[in-house]
Amino acid sequence: MKIMTIAVILFLILPVFVIVPMSFSSAQYLTFPPPGFSTRWYEKFFGDEQWLESLRLSLTVGVLTTLLSLVLGGMAALGLSKSRFRGKAAVQNFLLLPMVMPTIIVAIAVYGFQSRIGLIGTTTGLVVAHTILASPFIVVTLLSALASIDPNLENAALSLGARPATAFFRVTLPVIKPSLLSGALFAFITSFGEIVVTLFISGVSAITLPKKMWDGVRTQIDPTISAISSILIVGIVSFLVAAHVANLRREVHGVKEPSS
Amino acid sequence: MSAASKAMGAAPRALRPGWLLIPPLAFLVVFLGVPMLNILKLSLQVEGNWSLGNFTRFFSDPLYAKVMFLTLKTALIVTLSCLVLGYPVAYTMTFARKGARGLILIAVMIPFWTSLLVRTYAWMILLQTHGLVNRLLLDLRLVSEPVKLIYNSTGVVIGMTHVLLPYMILCLCSSMESIDKNLLAAGKSLGGRPFQVFSRIYVPLSAQGIASGSLLVFIMGIGYYITPALLGGQQDTMIAQLIQIQVGDLLNWGFASAIAFVLLAVTLLFLLVFKSFIRLDKLW
Repeated sequence: MKIMTIAVILFLILPVFVIVPMSFSSAQYLTFPPPGFSTRWYEKFFGDEQWLESLRLSLTVGVLTTLLSLVLGGMAALGLSKSRFRGKAAVQNFLLLPMVMPTIIVAIAVYGFQSRIGLIGTTTGLVVAHTILASPFIVVTLLSALASIDPNLENAALSLGARPATAFFRVTLPVIKPSLLSGALFAFITSFGEIVVTLFISGVSAITLPKKMWDGVRTQIDPTISAISSILIVGIVSFLVAAHVANLRREVHGVKEPSS
Repeated sequence: MSAASKAMGAAPRALRPGWLLIPPLAFLVVFLGVPMLNILKLSLQVEGNWSLGNFTRFFSDPLYAKVMFLTLKTALIVTLSCLVLGYPVAYTMTFARKGARGLILIAVMIPFWTSLLVRTYAWMILLQTHGLVNRLLLDLRLVSEPVKLIYNSTGVVIGMTHVLLPYMILCLCSSMESIDKNLLAAGKSLGGRPFQVFSRIYVPLSAQGIASGSLLVFIMGIGYYITPALLGGQQDTMIAQLIQIQVGDLLNWGFASAIAFVLLAVTLLFLLVFKSFIRLDKLW
């Protein structure tokens, strides 16, 4: 089992990491190992206003999508949590549907609609579309967090005279904060990497990073992609390792992990 | 409120007002529900008249049956590969010590969080005719000339397995965590050999995870677009690509919408059939 596990893990991560040495290649073509060392693809990325613009747009859309998903997903989770009403299952399934629906279907439906109301090629259009895909993840993580809250905490706050809003912000919110953060992270990643719906609705004026990469891969395999890919990989790996270390440190100091 | 629901720990309603559902529902109805109804209407019209023509065209042409069959076949192969590759990882993870477990989890999460396009691009580099994989196969003398690994179904299966494997591992893990390890010890103390304990106690107990992981990977697999589009060849068109071609290249909205609803129906059918194994909110 151990050998199998190691082999599978290599299968999972080696292809991701092979891009990093490729990005320092001096060659125009992607040969491995690279014939010589050069930072030309990084220079090309950071010297190209189109690439930088697409990075900026992806970050903007990602942040806005995360905020909108937090608000809408948070409202949905609160409204659903521990409530009982006729048709609740249907409402919940409808809210979570984008998570299981093939993205290509969302893509053509949204494309048809947004081209009619003139949202193609706009930041707004991208944020709306990405929120459809990202908000269910917030709903799911928050629903399980809300289900595990001890109701006595909230009842105590209310019976001691706190107004509902105060009780929510001072009692409920701190308890669900870890889930809120992981949901937000997931929403951002969903938006930042989204390509299927984006291909249809980005038009010619809202080229996100994945769309720019798609164009580069489709026309000719442009090595600039390996530079930006390496930057993204290093970012994600450092983040995951930092989270892991923080987690271990918390355990060493005996602080209990909040249940999520 | 009944005594029973109080005992279950009903939260104060003041903090969970039902009207909170209205904005998210309205958002989804306007930006997804209405657009879906629009394409439903388009799928039921041919040149402006109500007709089932788009659907009969899809089901009567053997070309489209072939695409559908290839899509289901690819999704099935990918699901099985993910299960075979993912099971040992999830198994090792549940028995590993905390530190090792965290490291495996990081290794699983790295591809999970890396943009799909970055990963597909990596496979394009690795699998090309003079790519690393072919060089390795040649050096090991497993083949005498470069094998075609990309722009065919091999490339699609490798790429999709890589993309969907983390989902399988996470599903398996969450179900394996709830297995009572004492049952394995009991099996062993009653004279079961290690393999017997594994196959007659552990595997059946992890059936829930196997079912939900496989279902998740399968339904994600049948609707996949990016990986087949980049790593597949002309012969390997899957159903999502068919939809893209009809809308993007041929502007045939009615037919594309009809295919989309066939795909949606197949997806929901699988979800409903296996609903007893799985709850939508437990997939994550």
